[in-house]
Amino acid sequence: MILAIDIALLVMLAVVGIAIIRLRNLFAVVMLSGIYSLLMAGTFVLLDAVDVAFTEAAVGAGISTVLLLGVLTLTKSREKIPVTTPILPLVTVIVTGGLLIYGTWDLPRFGDPNAPAHRHVAPEYLAEATHETGAPNVVTAVLASYRGYDTLGEVTVIFTAGIGVLLLLSGSGVLRRRDPETPDEKPKSTA
Amino acid sequence: MEVLGHFNYWIVVVLMMIGFYALIARGNLIKKIVGLNIFQASVFLLFISFGKVTGGSAPIIAEGIEVYSNPLPHVLILTAIVVGVATTALGLALVVRINERYGTIEETEIAQMDGES
Amino acid sequence: MKHHLIPRVVAKLTIPGILLFALYVQFHGDYGPGGGFQAGVIFGAGFILYGLIFGLQNLRRVAPPAVTTAFIAIGVLVFAGVGIVSQILGGNYLDYDVLAADPHAGQHIGILVVELGVGITVAAVMITIFVTFAGRER
Repeated sequence: MILAIDIALLVMLAVVGIAIIRLRNLFAVVMLSGIYSLLMAGTFVLLDAVDVAFTEAAVGAGISTVLLLGVLTLTKSREKIPVTTPILPLVTVIVTGGLLIYGTWDLPRFGDPNAPAHRHVAPEYLAEATHETGAPNVVTAVLASYRGYDTLGEVTVIFTAGIGVLLLLSGSGVLRRRDPETPDEKPKSTA
Repeated sequence: MEVLGHFNYWIVVVLMMIGFYALIARGNLIKKIVGLNIFQASVFLLFISFGKVTGGSAPIIAEGIEVYSNPLPHVLILTAIVVGVATTALGLALVVRINERYGTIEETEIAQMDGES
Repeated sequence: MKHHLIPRVVAKLTIPGILLFALYVQFHGDYGPGGGFQAGVIFGAGFILYGLIFGLQNLRRVAPPAVTTAFIAIGVLVFAGVGIVSQILGGNYLDYDVLAADPHAGQHIGILVVELGVGITVAAVMITIFVTFAGRER
């Protein structure tokens, strides 16, 4: 049963991804990207990553979709028809995919409890986290206590993104369109 | 999912390449940003699938559960998701400014306008 | 969106629930899935929903841009301030054991305040980004 759900989710992810490439209506592309994030969150739940699924659903299907729609109202909403067939990107993608698949041959069996990733620090965290920090959620304990510096850096990244958006976009938009025929027009509105 | 074995990794690589193709083969800036989001989400899926342990449960300590999935990839990917949304927001702000400056968000037209100047 | 009755009514019913759920996720991050980031995003989403349904003017009245910009910085300062308090009390930077008499209580306090700082910054940044994008003239 779980296997059927898992295969269905992965197939739908691939279908949505290909549809995003091929569709030219940008509104549909943005909606499909929200659906992609939601399907991804479902796959994370199947892989026991509940915190990550929570964040991906909230951030990917919520905030990203709203921001993309907001930008879509400010720009055009249809993509231009590509004039040349993209051979070089296709070759690049196939070569990169081939190299990555070749790299996965050395990986341990999927879900193997004796994989090197589960042998080093992880059993210590799982054994000690609740005892030392008092939090049953090991992910929160590691994020906030054992790896507090990294979380401080992450909050700084979010802070920087907010400041960056404010710097780029605050003040009302001054429309100064560069038309090839006419020289620089006067600004349509003042800041 | 254990029945699929290595097929899991290959399917995730296919998803990554779909996002990568949308990023480099399409000229529309919004589609590039959406392709970047797809690429990032597929990379997250790859990392989370490394952390899965057969028969384990979510890494929340509770009575009666013996085997837990590895919590460390979850911590890493939580940070990565948040950084991803920061990148998307800044990229979209740049797209808005580019649109106001050039009047278009197609890469070929922008390059043309830059070439004419 | 003023003339759409059903979204207005549904929004009025659900926005308080969304904000309460965000607070629940924030403070129960220790015991279940959740934590600062998820709570901040959900809190911001509640405000964004208010802005979408009732208009940007009303959102700017409820969450003035000066206040949200200040909160972006306040969250980061709360996080970094916990580290400074740890150093003042004798431990290393961000060493939660020294924050209270009992190391366990210290860890609890440390994690709680740190996640609060994260949640404040993330919520403020989400609201700020939405208001900035939506307020841009076409």
